[in-house]
Amino acid sequence: MGNLVKPYGDTVNDGKVQMSFTLPIPWSEAADEAARRLVGKMGFTGVQIVEGRPIADGFSFFVAYAATPQAIDTSTISVTSAKTHAMSMDEIDDLIRERVGRKLRIAGACIGTDAHTVGIDAILNMKGYKGDYGLERYRMFETFNLGSQVSVEEFVRFAKEKKIDALLASQVVTQKGSDVKNFTALAELLEAEGLRDEIVLCCGGPRVTNLMATELGYDAGFGRGTLPSEVAAFIATRMAQKIASAR
Amino acid sequence: MELRIDRGAVERCRELARAIAAPVSEFIAAHSTVSVERSVLRLLGVDGVSTDDVPVPNLIVEALSPEERARGAALAFGRGLAETGLEPQALGEALASGELSLSAFARVPEEPARRVVAAFVERSLARIRARREERAEKLTRLPQLPPPLLYVIVASGNIYEDRTAAVAAAEAGAQIVAVIRSTGQSLLDFVPFGPTTEGFGGTYATQANFKIVREALDAASERLGRYVMLTNYASGLCMPEIATMAAIERLDMLLNDSMYGILFRDINMKRTFVDQHFSRMLNAYSGIVINTGEDNYLTTADAVEQAPAVLASQFINEEFAHRAGMPDRQIGLGDAYEIDPDLEDGFLFQVAQAQLARQIFPGAPLKYMPPTKHMTGDIFKGHLIDALFNLTSVMTHQTIHLCGMLTEAIHTPFLGDRALSLENARYVMNTARHFGDEIAFKPEGKIEQRARGVLTDAERLLGRVAERGLMQAIEAAVFADVSRPPDGGRGFDGVFPRAAGYWNPFEEALRMERGSRGG
Repeated sequence: MGNLVKPYGDTVNDGKVQMSFTLPIPWSEAADEAARRLVGKMGFTGVQIVEGRPIADGFSFFVAYAATPQAIDTSTISVTSAKTHAMSMDEIDDLIRERVGRKLRIAGACIGTDAHTVGIDAILNMKGYKGDYGLERYRMFETFNLGSQVSVEEFVRFAKEKKIDALLASQVVTQKGSDVKNFTALAELLEAEGLRDEIVLCCGGPRVTNLMATELGYDAGFGRGTLPSEVAAFIATRMAQKIASAR
Repeated sequence: MELRIDRGAVERCRELARAIAAPVSEFIAAHSTVSVERSVLRLLGVDGVSTDDVPVPNLIVEALSPEERARGAALAFGRGLAETGLEPQALGEALASGELSLSAFARVPEEPARRVVAAFVERSLARIRARREERAEKLTRLPQLPPPLLYVIVASGNIYEDRTAAVAAAEAGAQIVAVIRSTGQSLLDFVPFGPTTEGFGGTYATQANFKIVREALDAASERLGRYVMLTNYASGLCMPEIATMAAIERLDMLLNDSMYGILFRDINMKRTFVDQHFSRMLNAYSGIVINTGEDNYLTTADAVEQAPAVLASQFINEEFAHRAGMPDRQIGLGDAYEIDPDLEDGFLFQVAQAQLARQIFPGAPLKYMPPTKHMTGDIFKGHLIDALFNLTSVMTHQTIHLCGMLTEAIHTPFLGDRALSLENARYVMNTARHFGDEIAFKPEGKIEQRARGVLTDAERLLGRVAERGLMQAIEAAVFADVSRPPDGGRGFDGVFPRAAGYWNPFEEALRMERGSRGG
């Protein structure tokens, strides 16, 4: 048997959700009613428009509470996380020393036209993020931070020249699907160059999920709040696995 | 609400900033760049693109021999004007199509060339003055609400969508609207042309795009009875050209930092220093308020540790702006509310830093940037952090207030997000309007001690920079932990020494103007 769940307001299975949205119409009582009916058409019941007001000429904003008749069977869902190996910096260094036997070469970049290096810097820079040291600090990593606006071609060329073991591609800007386009282009070019199998390929960004990353052909995807040690642990264990299976 | 700070230390910081800027100024005076020369042509009235979309000013500057270029584009172009009798735009088009070539006019004497250029310089400056007077008239007739001036960003990639969003934001209470640029534009060594409808993370800065939003905001200003300001971004490889276009289209503010491009975009430092100087001279003349980019120190590293770097950079930006003839009222020095929300007393540190800047730069319209680094998908918490940012801003009398978005880490703001953000700011600023005037800091308390510590460390940092020289200090990664070599980075090939007899008629005219104003 599955495990059916519904949103929880204050009672099991009440299905209560909150939502807010803007409609491109001037506010009036009729606008509130339009909003209420719209939420009803989405399939919700017990719709309450608890707030409706004009926010600009010809635009109104609404806050709604409603109940959904839908439920989801959580037993049918399996999503893997790349962040399963909780390890300290020393443990990771030790693992690489013992099971790989040499320093791993890691290159990171914001690919495409994206100029937002916040994410890749948090992972790579010595200082790290939230008190968790960046990959530059690890004794068993040699890291290259190529910075922002690195073309996919340039990134792959670099990986080839420097014999990189792991590539970290970052995308913060997601407008019009530019992140997915760039990630895909990178995976495809690595494949075309025959490098894909030897490299641990990771992507990251506030909108990245591990599921999306694996669908795009990546080894892992890291979303918001990722700590450098989580990325480091993934690379180290994946590399160790690759070496073990090659033997 | 005054912090007791060491005025002697403030004076010493200013002296150090002067010592830091002086040798760079000597370098600037001896060099020009392709972007400076292109902006001279634009100011003379050259615009448009070739059939393969290369801007005409780029084509003309690229066609100059190294010797001609070293004497300034104005002279070679002036010879063409004198010989052909054409208007600048017509000559530009003829040069772009290959119908004419400036090398054909190399033997035209200098005197008539200078004379004909001088007339176009006067026409150009009169046009900029007229835009400036227009702004002054509107500000008198359509007064702004009191500061902090609420500033929002639109960034759809499509200028017509931006126009809709800009007007909606103005109606929702925005007093300044910025059209953020497409993410790669700072690294383009040309300015795109015409209205644009596709961009990434923003919309291209083009003169046509400036005009479209300016007209819409002018109409909204009349309707609302308050002048709504327009902002764009100059930092990058085309600072002087964007300053030129902004002057002509009456933008009110421009992002313009003396070091941002070097540190955060890997643009060559010599290029940046020369470009920022001429662009700021133009900004000064056109009445444009610059916004400097100190917030970047905080978004890329720990905000508590970087506080002295922010203050040091503010001193350096102020000094470079003064050297370009900018009065304090046009120098919008930057800061940001980026301390980790989990840090105990983080709010106190933010207040200390913001108040410190307010007291050290009393005449500057300080630009306060919202939390971004610690914003997550939790929009409810984000809205709350923004509220404390709003409180800090109104308490410490910041001038330009970039409204934080509850959806900061999620997407380019929706129209509704912007309205919620403006409501948050208006509520907090109204309910706490005179809070800062009613309270006093505890002597030797946490806030005062923090402010003093930041000032002491900023002085130490400026001392280290002055000792090495600014270019060497940047190479030694003194700022933002980033090392940039003096001859590395983008755009270095566009920097060249001025030959004897180099002529930039606008620089000359603006400097004379400044002399006559006594500033």
